[in-house]
Amino acid sequence: MKSHVWRPLYVVVALVAVILLARLVIVPKGFGAHDQGYMYGFHRLSNEAEWASMKPAYKFDISYCQGCHDDKVAALTSSKHSIIPCEDCHGPAMDHPDDPPKLNIDKSRDLCLRCHAHLPYPTSGRSVIPGIDPDAHNPGVECVECHNPHHPNLEEM
Amino acid sequence: MERRDFLKKAIIAIAGVSVPIASLEFIDPKKLFAARPELHWVFLVDCNKCVGCGFCVKACKLENGIPFDADVTRTWVERYVLTKDNKVYADSPKGARNGFTSQKIDQEAAGMKDIKPGDIDKAFFVPKLCNQCDNPPCVQVCPVGATYKTADGVVLIDRKWCIGCGYCIMGCPYGVRFFHPVYKVADKCNFCYHRITKGLKTACVDACPFGARKIGNIKDPNDPVTKVIMTERVGVLKDEFGTKPQAFYIGLSKEVR
Amino acid sequence: MIPVHGELWTTKELFVLPNEYIYWAVQIVMYPFMTGVVAGAFVLSSLYHVFGIKQLKEIARFALVFSFALLPAAPLPLLLHLQQPFRGINVLMTPHFTSAIAAFGVVYLGYSCIVASELWFVYRKHFVDEVTAIRRKPERSGADRLRLLVFSVLTLGAYDTSPAAIEADHRAVKLLAGAGIPVACFLHGYAGFIFGSVKANALWMTPLMPVIFIMSAIVSGIALCILSYVVIMELRKLHVRHKRQASRYGAPTPEEIKGVETNVVKMTTKYLVIFMVLAITLELLDIIFRGYTAVKSWDIIREVIYGRDFTNIFVLQYAIGNLLPFTLLLIPGLTIRRTVIATMLVLFGVFMMRWNVVIGGQSFSLTLSGFMEYHLPIIPDSLETFKEGLFGALTVAVAPFFIFYVLNKFFPVFYEEEAK
Repeated sequence: MKSHVWRPLYVVVALVAVILLARLVIVPKGFGAHDQGYMYGFHRLSNEAEWASMKPAYKFDISYCQGCHDDKVAALTSSKHSIIPCEDCHGPAMDHPDDPPKLNIDKSRDLCLRCHAHLPYPTSGRSVIPGIDPDAHNPGVECVECHNPHHPNLEEM
Repeated sequence: MERRDFLKKAIIAIAGVSVPIASLEFIDPKKLFAARPELHWVFLVDCNKCVGCGFCVKACKLENGIPFDADVTRTWVERYVLTKDNKVYADSPKGARNGFTSQKIDQEAAGMKDIKPGDIDKAFFVPKLCNQCDNPPCVQVCPVGATYKTADGVVLIDRKWCIGCGYCIMGCPYGVRFFHPVYKVADKCNFCYHRITKGLKTACVDACPFGARKIGNIKDPNDPVTKVIMTERVGVLKDEFGTKPQAFYIGLSKEVR
Repeated sequence: MIPVHGELWTTKELFVLPNEYIYWAVQIVMYPFMTGVVAGAFVLSSLYHVFGIKQLKEIARFALVFSFALLPAAPLPLLLHLQQPFRGINVLMTPHFTSAIAAFGVVYLGYSCIVASELWFVYRKHFVDEVTAIRRKPERSGADRLRLLVFSVLTLGAYDTSPAAIEADHRAVKLLAGAGIPVACFLHGYAGFIFGSVKANALWMTPLMPVIFIMSAIVSGIALCILSYVVIMELRKLHVRHKRQASRYGAPTPEEIKGVETNVVKMTTKYLVIFMVLAITLELLDIIFRGYTAVKSWDIIREVIYGRDFTNIFVLQYAIGNLLPFTLLLIPGLTIRRTVIATMLVLFGVFMMRWNVVIGGQSFSLTLSGFMEYHLPIIPDSLETFKEGLFGALTVAVAPFFIFYVLNKFFPVFYEEEAK
């Protein structure tokens, strides 16, 4: 009378069958070991295209800004700040001027202090950038009250 | 009887062993090389040029939708200050998203550390980001296949499949992974995959005013980044882990962690 | 400011990377603790079923049912931990077997099937008897109809209770109990592998980790079974005394119960002591090797082990959780009361071991120049602080006992109560 001994096994097999059926529904198409093999390449293939198709926020192309703001661009490119992309201070252009219609104009001291808070590090290029002590040099006053951010020429002051 | 027995057992043993040997197919190097196309992204960081302005961190956050005020970041800059008494002070205040605007070292709960300028032997900045390792331990430990390495060498995360267990975060020796505060799945630098696949550069590379960050294709011998890596002395981070990181550093110092 | 997962209960000190927080918190401490107890309880049950150690018969059946009651409580800490708990099923759908966590799906289901099957064979006759008894009743209440349905389903249609069939049941139990031992070890060994294989974590990365976990799992399983067994036996004594019936359907007297109890307990504590010695040897070996080889991470780990976590490790885990119960169990003339205290201390010690590994491994930064401190959320003021806080841990801790209470209604641990 060994037949009843196998019944729990039938239940287990049924459970495995349920899991395999569930896989047909739940696992997305294209899931498997692709280019880099099973260890490093096991994934849903369509995810790669999802990431690639995201829309960039930053343009990082000065000719784009020059189209409307050529005066600022001209001032910038003839100054020591020419190395700074416009969007570093003004944020991502996205679809400006459609969306957003205005970009951020940050006049806070903190923005300028990123480079111009003097740090006495002899082995770093940081110490070569003209800098000030934020607590000593006109504390509380916005830098742009005296310095033109697009053409920061101290001699012309 | 004995010889027969031995032969029988030997045949069974060999058959048994050949099953796991068959699994070696999964890691056949010839197959892997064949899969790689003529594009493999690598990154080059020049610590001599970095001044710690943090514009790269700001650009990365705004480009990739990591909330600016959240205390996680896909990339960050570290500051190292070595004093004359052989002490090393290092910090990365808020990941340097606001740059370094104070001489004081941010030691979190241990307070702000004042260092006298005269005591400083050397000090420098080290930008960090995901190394897109060739042997990524984070990919190895993902239980569901939500993170993977693409054919062109970038490690990506499938936001719709990640279960948020955090094993990949624990598995990364470089600390580049974190939980996205909004999507509640794992996240990390992906070399701005949506930009580089369109011929643009990553946000951090374009944002750096000093040219401290560069991205290139190691398979292209004419790529300026490739030329530097192949002809100049470059270092990598934590290579003892065997991860084969693909971010190379100029001006790396022994104190860098 | 949006709180990032881990930020609420982590404080950083000195040089810690921006993305570092204590991501694996109290639920990840609870998980190996629960699976460890499961594995240990099952091994104890198998000592009777496989090796025929007759004195363990009483505790064996209890250990088996309790092991099954603990099983649903094992994935509970994981569900509370996952950032996407509804996607937990993905581990069964697309398991990435290069990850130790993917083993969870297969091992857990496999082990559950073995324990469930073994339980079925042990209790099949009981199901058949219950169905027969209810069917004989001329009038059936609502509760009776429900019980009839449940027990009929549980029989799986196998109503043969001839001696041959029962003998087949016993052989199946022996086979399953034997097969289950390595699976139970795997259920907990892989948990140790999860930590031991993380090369990024200087404290976790050691080949000893899976073995240390298995040894302390068996320790906790045996300790919990002894403790629960004593508690249940005391409740039975109270029940019999209260009814003032010396011998009801062959139920033993309080004195007889006490005699059996002491014997079983004395036997089982011997095994407990053996495994405690094994567990502590491995842990001390690990610490000694670290100090001797003094690799790059030794400076910060030494600061964590002998400095910041000294109380957690040497006072709570080693002294109170190991040395003290070890001494209590070895002093001649072991009493039930001393055993209860000792097993409670052992369970505390095993819990602290899990805590010191999981939290201890996250107490220092990847920079090896900074620290993190874990503040267990006590009062839950959000879903996060409940799930990964004290109350989340307590939920996981008490769940098995509720489940055991319900299970006992269908898989009675003590037959005498069911005699009608």
